[in-house]
Amino acid sequence: MSTATPDKPKYTIKDFASDQDVRWCPGCGDYSILSAVKKVLAQRDRPPEEYCFISGIGCSSRFPYYMNTYGLHTIHGRAPAVATGMKIVRPDIETWLITGDGDGLSIGGNHFMHLIRRNVNLRLMLFNNRIYGLTKGQYSPTSEQNKRTKSTPMGSLDFPVDPLCLAIGAGATFVARGVDMHPKHLIETLSRAADHKGTAFVEIYQNCNIFNDGAFAHAQDRKVRSDNVIELVHGEPMIYGADLNRGIIRNGDHLESVTIGENGVTKDDLLVHDETCPETVAFSLARMKYPDMPEPIGVIRAVDRPCYDDLVNEQVEHAVETRGNGDLQKLLTGTETWDVNG
Amino acid sequence: MSTEVTPRRKEELQEVTIRFAGDSGDGMQLTGTQFTNTAAVLGNDVSTLPDFPAEIRAPAGTTYGVSGFQIHFSSFDIHTPGDAVDALVVMNPAALKVNLEDLRENGILIINEDSFTEQNLKLAGYAENPLEDNSLTNYRVFRIPVTKATLEALEELGMKGKDAARSKNFYALGVVLWLYNRPLEPTLDFINKKFKNKPEAIKANERALRAGWYFGETAEFFTSTYDVPKAELPAGQYRKISGNEALAYGLIAAAVKSGKPLFYGSYPITPASDILHELAKHKNFGVKTFQAEDEIAAVCSCIGASFGGALSVTGTSGPGIALKAEAMGLGVMMELPFVVVNVQRGGPSTGLPTKTEQSDLNQVLYGRNGECPMPVIAAKSPSDCFHAAFEACKISMQHMVPVVLLTDAYLANGAEPWNIPDASLIPEIEIEHPTEWDGEFTPYRRDERGVRPWALPGTPGLQHRLGGLEKKNITGGVNYDPDNHELMIKLRQEKIDKIADEIPPATVTGNPEGGELLIVTWGGPFGTAFAATNRQRSKGRDVSHLHLRWLNPMPSNVEEILRRYKKVIVAEINMGQLINIIRSKFLIDAKPLNKMKGRPFTITEVEAAMERELGIPSEPISS
Repeated sequence: MSTATPDKPKYTIKDFASDQDVRWCPGCGDYSILSAVKKVLAQRDRPPEEYCFISGIGCSSRFPYYMNTYGLHTIHGRAPAVATGMKIVRPDIETWLITGDGDGLSIGGNHFMHLIRRNVNLRLMLFNNRIYGLTKGQYSPTSEQNKRTKSTPMGSLDFPVDPLCLAIGAGATFVARGVDMHPKHLIETLSRAADHKGTAFVEIYQNCNIFNDGAFAHAQDRKVRSDNVIELVHGEPMIYGADLNRGIIRNGDHLESVTIGENGVTKDDLLVHDETCPETVAFSLARMKYPDMPEPIGVIRAVDRPCYDDLVNEQVEHAVETRGNGDLQKLLTGTETWDVNG
Repeated sequence: MSTEVTPRRKEELQEVTIRFAGDSGDGMQLTGTQFTNTAAVLGNDVSTLPDFPAEIRAPAGTTYGVSGFQIHFSSFDIHTPGDAVDALVVMNPAALKVNLEDLRENGILIINEDSFTEQNLKLAGYAENPLEDNSLTNYRVFRIPVTKATLEALEELGMKGKDAARSKNFYALGVVLWLYNRPLEPTLDFINKKFKNKPEAIKANERALRAGWYFGETAEFFTSTYDVPKAELPAGQYRKISGNEALAYGLIAAAVKSGKPLFYGSYPITPASDILHELAKHKNFGVKTFQAEDEIAAVCSCIGASFGGALSVTGTSGPGIALKAEAMGLGVMMELPFVVVNVQRGGPSTGLPTKTEQSDLNQVLYGRNGECPMPVIAAKSPSDCFHAAFEACKISMQHMVPVVLLTDAYLANGAEPWNIPDASLIPEIEIEHPTEWDGEFTPYRRDERGVRPWALPGTPGLQHRLGGLEKKNITGGVNYDPDNHELMIKLRQEKIDKIADEIPPATVTGNPEGGELLIVTWGGPFGTAFAATNRQRSKGRDVSHLHLRWLNPMPSNVEEILRRYKKVIVAEINMGQLINIIRSKFLIDAKPLNKMKGRPFTITEVEAAMERELGIPSEPISS
């Protein structure tokens, strides 16, 4: 068997593209995410038949149709449950789960939490566009309060949920964020997710240019994004800004944005990012919101914890080791019997 | 020990129905189960009906906290847990109040008189003490100070009174075992096994059991004892089995015989949870159980596991089916195999969680959006749950379709002797997965049975995507073409219809050539209708019985059979669901026999309906 070398990958982007016409609206952020995922897979050694893409319902959930892998386009919100069943019986299949802010956090909020707490070994990409696209423009669980949409002409009343915080609260072992229009960074982040053992959760800021154009302009627009997002790098100080002169420090029990050189702040005062930080720190990072704070992108937290699918299979193996392979006749006979002579 | 009995008149009976009843904490289920095991080991045919409240520990002494266990044992082949009760054992006034109406006239009534205190009488709603107001004169009443006698028997052990009193159910069991000439040994063995790590409990329960037995022997209280000779059952090795146990074994057998791992995704629900509990014990068969976060996740996990290539099953009851409906539709659309078990209970909504009903037939046949046909099979007895589960798995995997398996609380919790099958004679289930394909893979190309290929992830070149959107015929791509949609609806229906070619034709008990009256049943009422038919026939009445196991598709000869009889009755534990199908599908003027009391039919009720239909005045119910 030949082994791939870094300069000569085994697979190309084309190997992962299906023959289906992509039917997202022109200009949709989903195109760049699809392209990034194919690039990530092409960099790896695994053949297309060993992948399965599973999705729920919504614009993002059409994703599996465009991948030349095994795939399931399921029902609204339930993809995590489908994927859990798949991984329990087929831990060998590398599974990617595609969801959106409506699919994953509204109708599927329950399954989202349980998938993450079980730490099922798969990649979970949530395309967050802060709107319902496929049903033509109602507010979503991540929409800002007071949003005027067709279903909320006087403004939405719901307080938005934060996907990263929800994932951290559910015990996520891998939490990251990427931006559709920042493909280089997105590819790096998704590669890290692909390497993670356990549920690797990646929130992707995705622009819906039809119903919610510019919802994440602060993080997407090249002209301003450096001042509004902070790229977290493990072991590096939390530094950002077009001039790389701003950073994050801890001030008492909260995080604060500072300018290097002002008020005696030096680079050494900045927090150094640690992916294995306690949940409380990860939570504080995830709560950093534009415009008060820069929003973190990259890997916020990555820790090890056993995966549910492995544990299920270990129990089965243990049962076989200690009790031997099941004997059907013994099972049917049981322990208390009597004979009837004809 | 000596089990010699003071000579008394020993009456031989052909069948007896006993009911044990007490507070839900009194151990009546255990007492009844032990009596059943003893009768079964002695060679009687047995059939049981546990009846317990939905509350785990309802307030002691109240009527809604009464738990009962009925056992019917006989010297012949029986199919029901009995109609009228011959002997009723009541541990408190509430148990008497709830159960007395089922005791036949002149029946034996064994009462723990110690519990008939003012407070307990009040809790049970008795204004007068029934032991003293002559209201029990129609029965043979035996008042036994069960609690006091148990405490006396355990005195030397120096236990606290409250702990010692717990053994009173074994005392009562001892009395009844003596009365019916059943040996103590099986129960003694059971006590030693069950309380292996509690020597105190072994001693206490043994003493109480023996004390009860000696009471019967020495108290000169009962004038006769009873014996029920062995039943003439087909030769073989037997065990006792409940419906839920049999169902779990049927799933494991299907997994073994198809060479597939069994995946069981389920959310706890009464009365189906015992299937999950049973399967979780057998991981050394490669069984993977998944307690999902809800009913929807349970069925969805099956879809994922099925796509991955496992034999996938989810189990629930009526409320769970309602939640699973959308995913069941997805299974129909994806044409993936999995089995949905519905252990039916009283509905609608939360309904009667621990009581039986057959009211989900419409739900499983029609309760999904779109034209969404699913095969449906219903088990007819506790042990038939084994065979029905095996068949459901086989049809599902061989026809690439989700299948519904219906049982009910009565079958699930009821038990009967089971002639243990020879595992080596259970046929293999042949399953094929394509490993290569001529040209581009076409996941919706069908064979002559209308079945599409089951290609598994990991197979090179066969990558494909399945989804809930309408498929293009053959290629499986997303397609909204009007003609294609109509074609696909028809193809999915045809695939189900063709299953009728593989299921055995329906057979008739009684006169298969035709005649006056045919009673039609499905599911749990099988045994009752079968027994009622035989009784009517022995009275010279022209009555026959047709039982349907497959409800969708039905065996191809059903219409032909129905037309051979002048009159048709359809007996169901619901408002009439199968009857509407029969009337609309075959335009036959069938008459309904319905019951919705959370309990199975009695043979007497079914016989009365037959006689009504035949124009024969019913005999008064004899004692």
